[in-house]
Amino acid sequence: MAHHINKTGCAKISAAQFFDDLHRPLDGLMAVKEADHCLYCYDAPCIQACPTSIDIPTFIHQIRTGNMSGAARTILSENIMGGTCARACPTEVLCEQACVHHEGGNKTVEIGLLQRHAIDHLMAAGGSHPFSRAADTGRHIAVVGAGPAGLSFAHRAAMLGHKVSIYEAKSKPGGLNEYGLAAYKMVNDFAAREVEFLLGIGGIEIYYDKALDSSLTLDNLQAQHDAVFIGIGLGGTNGLGLDGEDLGGVMDAIDFIEDIRQTGDLSAIRLGEDIIVIGGGNTAIDAAVQAKKLGAQNVTLAYRRGEEQMGATAFEVDLARQNGVMVRLWSKPMAVQGNAAVTSMTFEHTVLKGGKLTGTGETYDIACDLALKAIGQKLEGDGLDGLTINDGKLKVSETCETSIKGVFAGGDCVRSGEDLTVQAVEDGKQAAIAVDAWLKNN
Amino acid sequence: MADLRCTIAGIDSINPFWLASAPPTDKYANVVRAFEAGWAGVVWKTLGEDPPVINVSSRYGGHFGSNRSVIGFNNIELISDRPLEVNLREIEQIRREWPDRVIIGSMMARVDEQAWKELAIKIAASGVHGIELNLGCPHGMCERDMGSAIGQVPEMIEQTTRWVREAVDIPVFTKLTPNITDILWSAQAAKAGGAHAISLINTVNSVISVDLDAMAPNPIVDGKGSHGGYCGSAVKPIALHMVAEIARSPETQGVDISAIGGIESWRDAAEFISLGANALQVCTAAMLYGFRIVDDMIDGLSSFMDSKGYRTIDDFRGLAIKNTVNWNELNMNFDTKAFIDQEACIECGRCHIACEDTAHQAIAFEVAEGGKRTFTVVDEDCVGCNLCAIICPVPDCIEMRPVKNDLPYLTWPEHPKNPLGDTK
Ligand SMILES: Cc1cc2nc3c(=O)[nH]c(=O)nc-3n(C[C@H](O)[C@H](O)[C@H](O)COP(=O)(O)OP(=O)(O)OC[C@H]3O[C@@H](n4cnc5c(N)ncnc54)[C@H](O)[C@@H]3O)c2cc1C
Ligand SMILES: Cc1cc2nc3c(=O)[nH]c(=O)nc-3n(C[C@H](O)[C@H](O)[C@H](O)COP(=O)(O)O)c2cc1C
Ligand code: SF4
Ligand code: SF4
Ligand code: SF4
Repeated sequence: MAHHINKTGCAKISAAQFFDDLHRPLDGLMAVKEADHCLYCYDAPCIQACPTSIDIPTFIHQIRTGNMSGAARTILSENIMGGTCARACPTEVLCEQACVHHEGGNKTVEIGLLQRHAIDHLMAAGGSHPFSRAADTGRHIAVVGAGPAGLSFAHRAAMLGHKVSIYEAKSKPGGLNEYGLAAYKMVNDFAAREVEFLLGIGGIEIYYDKALDSSLTLDNLQAQHDAVFIGIGLGGTNGLGLDGEDLGGVMDAIDFIEDIRQTGDLSAIRLGEDIIVIGGGNTAIDAAVQAKKLGAQNVTLAYRRGEEQMGATAFEVDLARQNGVMVRLWSKPMAVQGNAAVTSMTFEHTVLKGGKLTGTGETYDIACDLALKAIGQKLEGDGLDGLTINDGKLKVSETCETSIKGVFAGGDCVRSGEDLTVQAVEDGKQAAIAVDAWLKNN
Repeated sequence: MADLRCTIAGIDSINPFWLASAPPTDKYANVVRAFEAGWAGVVWKTLGEDPPVINVSSRYGGHFGSNRSVIGFNNIELISDRPLEVNLREIEQIRREWPDRVIIGSMMARVDEQAWKELAIKIAASGVHGIELNLGCPHGMCERDMGSAIGQVPEMIEQTTRWVREAVDIPVFTKLTPNITDILWSAQAAKAGGAHAISLINTVNSVISVDLDAMAPNPIVDGKGSHGGYCGSAVKPIALHMVAEIARSPETQGVDISAIGGIESWRDAAEFISLGANALQVCTAAMLYGFRIVDDMIDGLSSFMDSKGYRTIDDFRGLAIKNTVNWNELNMNFDTKAFIDQEACIECGRCHIACEDTAHQAIAFEVAEGGKRTFTVVDEDCVGCNLCAIICPVPDCIEMRPVKNDLPYLTWPEHPKNPLGDTK
């Protein structure tokens, strides 16, 4: 393992400088070779497997013919955050899973890497924004939350000729692109660069440090705008429900990652020697791998069920193991020990009995000085009064409308598909199209 | 292990692979490296009268496949740009050092009997096994009334061949240009002039590509470009056709053929031999990959011959000639249909869209409940054009299966629907 970040003794170093790309970008030669591997399928299954329906055979063909900016436009016309998706999508369960080469038992096309190649090319070339706005409709839409859903909505709405004002609780745009995705997926401040690019369409203003709450209510927003879109993600986290959860050294994995992504000085991150990450999803894997990359001695990922039930993909679990993370399955957290700060945790072995998870009564302890909780996020917010919540998420219609007329929603805060960046982008796009149609009659 | 020895124009060669007259055969160093690599012979880079020509800088252009593979190649080089004496002394030396290898001297001169004869005599004196007349260079030299300027006029082909035949008593190869309307006219002229063998093809006239920034054809010489000679893999079909025509035409059949044009592998070589070639010449493939490619040409050809039970080149030489016929001799009653191996199919849909958009709407496409895509040939609509089998990315996934219909062999002239009866 590399050096311990707390012990490097060198000048301040940020995540953008410290982390390398998880997947090495393709160079020109490899991009053309990889593009050549694509069969240019008809009615390609990969398109259907992409939540944003990017015309994959077309953009890869454009890479092959050397029409790199055309390739980027093909991608961005369906997915304005194609750059982040190319870095963060679990392609192994999306587009690449559906690639016909699978059927033939061959290596599938590296769609994500090709997508990144095209977008990076366009962004490096600079120049004017690739899309233009329709004639001004005179309509003004409010967006709550500048995450992938909100930004994707705003971009599409702006393209359709509407004026958009975004109200964002934090002081930076991007949502989890900026605060949550693993640092090794978003090197070189990509999230910020992508937002700047996206805003190049024009017609979008962002107001920071403005949360939807008791002072900025849905009523206020509706009064000042023709429609409202909510893309606030999942602001809350689930707790373990154990005594000792409030001890020092017990924290949400999301906050740990946010600290890594935001600090200008990684050596200031509270990094223990013995870390436990609790959970089996994306967030757990990302927290564990980043901790390991930063130099933590022992990182244990404890999950109460088996590998098959994990939210994380097989690729991600492998990634954790390759980085030296100890993965302990069938382990349910039972207790947190320590005085002022956590010193160890107790787990109980579990089994599936008739489809139900049950403890075996057998327990074991793991010493730790940092315990990271990654057991799920939940919808939270003061300003949601009056909105129907179903199963923990905002209820929306086929046309993305919430229970309040003229208020639409998308992204993690609704139940549309998986909680993924690419899904949030699709939700935003579809909602903008729906709102555009709705505005014609309202 | 098959015996790869062959004979052309009475010259014995340890294998059929020679390097064609071009930069790879330009001087002592190259030719020795070629012989060390296993090439059986070379046709020396074309020699002219002194003073030697002067070449421009920026000489080649490429026609690329998607993977940057070079499918075609072109050049605007002229003939040897080194003094005649230097070339001849090197030929003499290599002839001494490599007695079992063949050297043919390629030449061209002004349209002047004296000039052709004197040059031929000088070259023959260096000890070459034979002389090849370059009547094909389609750029530069033709503007000086040489190369294709001669090769495009059958009377001049015949006359030049005769001049050299009269001057020397070693075998004469007449090398033809493909930049003509009917190769048989050129071949007949060479034969009438007394050629011992015909070499073909020289390069095809071409503009390989246009540089869209410079707005000039490649290769660019100080902002301008010129047409050049096209060669490499892409010209093989043109060369195969011309070789086949000469091999099967009653007027020219039996003449020795040194086949050239896009030979990159043992398979290409075997195809030319099956159409009657006695020996082969290679230029571009060597320029693209180096002399080492001859290893697999030799090894692959001999494995192929072993697998088919051919002991010598002559065992299969010309076997495809009798099956190369005019369209009017084809069987109109033959019926073949595409068959898709569903196990091998990876569901890419390429066959469907190709047939649907541009052929006969004969491949049905269905998507089952779980997303499984099935492509099936509709026999009634399939005309047996081969399009799907050609574009299917999976080898042997689409097979063309002849239909047993028990109908007699029926040609178009015999066909009841032929409005002209059996005349055409
Ligand atoms: C740690 C982690 C790692 C992940 N890794 C991946 C990955 O690798 N690949 C992938 O595809 N997905 C990943 N995801 C999921 C992905 O990040 C989300 O699905 C996606 O960001 C959802 O977008 P969103 O716009 O709905 O919400 P968010 O990205 O959460 O954005 C919501 C925005 O709204 C703002 N906001 C919240 N409340 C209010 C309010 N009341 N008023 C105003 N603004 C508000 C927030 O500050 C934020 O800017 C990960 C998630 C996490 C937590
Ligand atoms: C750079 C270059 C120079 C050539 N020079 C000659 C030449 O001097 N004399 C000649 O007869 N043919 C010349 N040729 C033509 C080749 O001998 C050969 O006929 C032609 O390239 C087709 O064969 P290939 O496809 O194997 O290259 C030249 C070809 C190339 C590429
Ligand atoms: S957005 Fe994600 S799922 Fe869609 S094509 Fe790109 S990498 Fe694949
Ligand atoms: S399925 Fe695979 S091969 Fe076919 S178009 Fe998509 S990426 Fe290309
Ligand atoms: S082209 Fe070949 S692999 Fe593709 S669908 Fe047709 S038969 Fe199947």
